[in-house]
Amino acid sequence: MSDQDIKNLVGDLPCPTFDDPAFNTPKPLQQCRVAVVTSAALHHPEDDDFESQDTSFRILDASRRDVALGHWSPNFDRSGFAQDVNVVWPVDRLQELAEEGVIGSVAPRHIAFAGNQDETMTSIRMDSGPQAAQLLQDDEVDIVILTPV
Amino acid sequence: MTIGSIPAHIENTKPPRGLICHFPLGRPLGLPGDPDFQRSVLNALFDMLNESEGPVLRTFAHSLADVEDEGLVCSLPPRLDPNEHPAVDEARAIKGAYERAVSKHGNRIGASRAIGADDVPAAVEAFARIDEGTPWKEAEIPGVPMRVAQDIRGYYQTAALELAEHTPGAWAGEDWFYNDTETGKLMLRVRTVLKNAGAPQPLWFFLSPGDRPV
Repeated sequence: MSDQDIKNLVGDLPCPTFDDPAFNTPKPLQQCRVAVVTSAALHHPEDDDFESQDTSFRILDASRRDVALGHWSPNFDRSGFAQDVNVVWPVDRLQELAEEGVIGSVAPRHIAFAGNQDETMTSIRMDSGPQAAQLLQDDEVDIVILTPV
Repeated sequence: MTIGSIPAHIENTKPPRGLICHFPLGRPLGLPGDPDFQRSVLNALFDMLNESEGPVLRTFAHSLADVEDEGLVCSLPPRLDPNEHPAVDEARAIKGAYERAVSKHGNRIGASRAIGADDVPAAVEAFARIDEGTPWKEAEIPGVPMRVAQDIRGYYQTAALELAEHTPGAWAGEDWFYNDTETGKLMLRVRTVLKNAGAPQPLWFFLSPGDRPV
């Protein structure tokens, strides 16, 4: 089997399209607070696991590294994350960049959704997605990096 | 800003800033244990902030192929009990390696969704009953089959972090599990048995990655 075989399988899956990509220009990077949103279904051990096609999100505490991967799909490599959380949630890298003054700061809270969703993603677009966005706005996040799994 | 390994998905969803990274699925920052590489990906993302008009779409300069030809060298312990089903015996035998791996790395992908590590041998035995002819509804699988299968696979791949003689490349752990372990081979047989028995497709299809032939 190969990674490309899986990519070929999922490459034609329909995706929602957006007329307005919401492009803007943030303040200088050295002043920006950065957060990660991942679809790897990560969660802390005490959090509820993700159900199949779960549209809710979990909050990842930037001061913790005890996270588990609750994704339902078998169609991706998990060993990278098992070895190093930063291959999915680059929180240590961001903290280093903050210490070096490259970025302003790392958000205290990051977000994990589950990547295996229906093609419309209606619940995430209309409900849990805006909730997560509000949480990040409350934390004064300027830049969000999406790491898809 | 978005990282993505499937160009069509990024191109269709048009994020404000998208970086196509030809990396193995499951590794959006590319290489585990390589801070310099991960920083280079982040730097490529942040560089797109210099564009005053968008959406911006770029491709990261370095590709990482999956390591099809770099197999995982991972020695399995010898049989403990010749009277036990080989897959069940194997699952018991790697428990120590699993626990050491969890101590070092945490339980990131191991058993925890449907079953715990102590339940893995019994779960493997349930799938062995299906392989030997028991109807799946009577086999006493201790949870949603695909979730139990993920816990079993995660248990093995976590143990492999201790058993392997080198850091596994992308997908090497999957290949080792399904090609080299008794339990992985059992899961593939069960997948075929369930399909041929007319079980619902979600029940058997997700017992392994989707490109495995049935």
